[in-house]
Amino acid sequence: MLESIFQNLINALQWGSFYSLIALGYTMVYGVLVLINFAHGDIFMVGAYIAFFIATFLIGHFTLPGGAVLALSIPLTMVLTAGVGVTLERIAYRPLRRKGAHRLYVVITALMCGLVLENGNLALLGASRKSFPELVDKVVYTVGSVSMTNLKIAVVISAISVFLILQFIVTRTKIGMAMRAISYDKFAVPLMGIPIDTVIVFTFVLGSSFAGLAGLLFALSYPILDPFMGAIIGWKAFIAAVVGGIGDIRGAFLGGFLLGFVEILVVAFFPSTYRDLIAFTILMIILCVRPTGLFGVAKTTKI
Amino acid sequence: MRRFSVPALLLIMSAALVGMAYQEYIDLYIQSVMMFICINIILSSSFNIVNGFMGEFACGHAAFMAVGAYVSSVLNVMLFTNDKVFGPPVLSPDLALYFFPLVLLAGFVAAALAGLLVAIPSFKTRGDYLAIITIAANFIVTSTIINIDTVGGSRGFMGMKKIIYAMEDVVELPWMLIWVIVSTILSVWLIRRFVFSTYGKGIIALHQDEVAAEIMSVNTNKMKVIAFMLSSGLAGVAGALFGHILGYINPGSFGILKSTECLVMVYLGGMGSLSGSVLSAILFTLLLEGLRFVIPWVDGGLHFIHLLPDAYHLSQVWKWVIIPLILILLMQFRPEGIMGNRELSDVFPRLKRWYSFK
Amino acid sequence: MAILRINNLTQHFGGLCAVSNFSVCFEGRELMGLIGPNGAGKTTVFNLASGFYKPTDGEIVFNGNNIAGLKPHQVTAMGIARTFQNIRLWNDMTVLDNIRISQHHNLGYSLMDAFFRTRRYASQESRIESTAREILEALDLLEFAGELPKNLPYGIQRKVEIARALSIKPKLLLLDEPAAGLNSSDVQDLIQLIRWIHSEFDIAIWMIEHQMAVVMNLCSWIKVIDFGVTIAEGTPDEIQNDPEVIKAYLGDEEI
Repeated sequence: MLESIFQNLINALQWGSFYSLIALGYTMVYGVLVLINFAHGDIFMVGAYIAFFIATFLIGHFTLPGGAVLALSIPLTMVLTAGVGVTLERIAYRPLRRKGAHRLYVVITALMCGLVLENGNLALLGASRKSFPELVDKVVYTVGSVSMTNLKIAVVISAISVFLILQFIVTRTKIGMAMRAISYDKFAVPLMGIPIDTVIVFTFVLGSSFAGLAGLLFALSYPILDPFMGAIIGWKAFIAAVVGGIGDIRGAFLGGFLLGFVEILVVAFFPSTYRDLIAFTILMIILCVRPTGLFGVAKTTKI
Repeated sequence: MRRFSVPALLLIMSAALVGMAYQEYIDLYIQSVMMFICINIILSSSFNIVNGFMGEFACGHAAFMAVGAYVSSVLNVMLFTNDKVFGPPVLSPDLALYFFPLVLLAGFVAAALAGLLVAIPSFKTRGDYLAIITIAANFIVTSTIINIDTVGGSRGFMGMKKIIYAMEDVVELPWMLIWVIVSTILSVWLIRRFVFSTYGKGIIALHQDEVAAEIMSVNTNKMKVIAFMLSSGLAGVAGALFGHILGYINPGSFGILKSTECLVMVYLGGMGSLSGSVLSAILFTLLLEGLRFVIPWVDGGLHFIHLLPDAYHLSQVWKWVIIPLILILLMQFRPEGIMGNRELSDVFPRLKRWYSFK
Repeated sequence: MAILRINNLTQHFGGLCAVSNFSVCFEGRELMGLIGPNGAGKTTVFNLASGFYKPTDGEIVFNGNNIAGLKPHQVTAMGIARTFQNIRLWNDMTVLDNIRISQHHNLGYSLMDAFFRTRRYASQESRIESTAREILEALDLLEFAGELPKNLPYGIQRKVEIARALSIKPKLLLLDEPAAGLNSSDVQDLIQLIRWIHSEFDIAIWMIEHQMAVVMNLCSWIKVIDFGVTIAEGTPDEIQNDPEVIKAYLGDEEI
């Protein structure tokens, strides 16, 4: 009994890590742009596919050991995925920001960009699922009768490291301070001599590269890729970010793990088809009862 | 005389359409395109109530379509057909014709009640958060249907074709076409009556300044409930008609893609323009159908000039790249859509001579 | 019977006390002023009276009915109308529509009537329209009936907002900084307008205002609050010479 609890705990930690990594991206962009980048889950998907192409390319053209391929893939994937995110910002969101367009239009654009990425992938690459090559031998560690693979541990460690890095950047560096400043008052920031576009691009770089990392790790853990993998995970990560309090990194991080735990609990007691239903119901309830989430701060309007 | 010009025109056009369908001058494909145009008109204009006139940002319209589709289909199949799950018909199939409007009404009511699911949260939330709530509601509705095995779950539900046969057995007319046309005219008429009355203008006031509306004696919560319920209810009617035309429904057809279609139609036509949403529904449906032919031509053409590798063919999935792209371009270059928030009579004032619009 | 009686009204926002033990009484057709520095809590008092907040403590009784905690549209239906510091007209609807919508508490027809355009609908809509036109005419605004407020000069917009408030036939009119943003000739017009409204209609007027010319000219009684606490009240002369008021708000310059 206890072992299955621990087993489930490990799984929850793993899924929670994926959600956290993606939720961090959502929350950062929201903090800086007050925009829910609905396309972020699909950037995760793009990251996974980029990782796939890089890995198969490296394996095919150079005979490198799996570990080396992995070591090369990680930074390449992160950089390229960051590129995708920045491109999205540049082509779709920045022009609207320049025009001072209503936020509604930007949100719709974000939703649509996500759909373009998903369906574009499906249209260009076809419906056959891609299978990610095995790069690292799985090593199973067993403590008692609880087993965990080195991969799962790596995933959790990555999530925690990323969170610590981000927390450092946001609280200790100048650009992190600029990011926080923008979330309070977008108009004052350029007046203080801070190049707002640079900060925004930096935010997208951070968010997208970590989503890319999540994509790579996910592809390693669950090697079958499909164009819509980002959609539902993106939504779950988004739920996590909202539950934690969107705009706050700690909220996203904790929210991700919270959601991971809740899902594992649900699957333990209910049929698995209920998993998504319950996740979304939780979202609804939180949004109705405490829309600012765990760490968020309520904004009041002056009448 | 001016009061009756447009109704008379509509009556003549509808009668002509039905007549041609009956005589089989227009084939089934054209008939179904016409019917989908009408269904999209209902979807687009009902969605416009909430997203356009009331200025909210709901994204889950397809959820209410699903409710209406399932409730009315299950009701009809249960009452009038011999079904594996529901058993023999409860009432005689001959009555299916007379009960159809009632079944549509049941779909309306069920969907309207489901609309409360988003109406109540809307009291306290707006903008992005309401968008999320409505998308979540969309997922919740489809997930719930997937989990209900008696209506087929993710495999879908069918049997509605038998209802159509039952109706045609009584009087041989293209009944679905008739019901669709009548429902469309009724929906647009209802919406128009609502939005152009002082009562309905309350929701426009709500949009432009909610605080001022509340202080000027508009019961904003009640208006939100009415708007959401009317909007969802009509979406339910559209869903019911959709289900019966296809003869088969499954939760997958009422997901985020369907809601996206509704979003495109509303913003293409113009938030807050009834004539805009009717126009954009027509244009959009024709566009979708047109792409069915255009994509293979483009594919052929691109292969002919050797721009595409031989193994690769443009599939219909490109439709789903083009549609979101349209909306993205719209947001960039003409976010107010075709008509903005004006009506046909504002753009062409001469029309006012022929028909009293408001 | 007093129209409006507020007793010991207190409002806390978290740890902040915005209004503390505020009391006022309107017997009938007074024209009263509420002044004080920015952030003193004046608009909060109006928000409490019009129903936007539920008071932490105290009572608000209007025409014998306890209205504390009612929703704003209910308070309005009972006869309190209000304007805002920043003009809150519906900019994409005609002036006439702006006035018509304020009749929502008194539509006289139901949703079904609207759908089916019954006779009741027609007669009530024409009553609403004629009420709207009447008030526009009374305030000399009929020529602007078909215009959009965003295209009108600021002074006219302010007048329209006041007309909209008057169209609900209130017993008490709350004006929140009506002179804000007006140039000096518009301010003179506004003073005349308020004086005229006060004499023509059976109405009490309560006004928040920073422009002393307006306050001292129009009000028969003034209350001064600072940090949520009433620091003085009296006639314009008394207030102008009150040392507390001068220290907190007016300053030593001549009015």
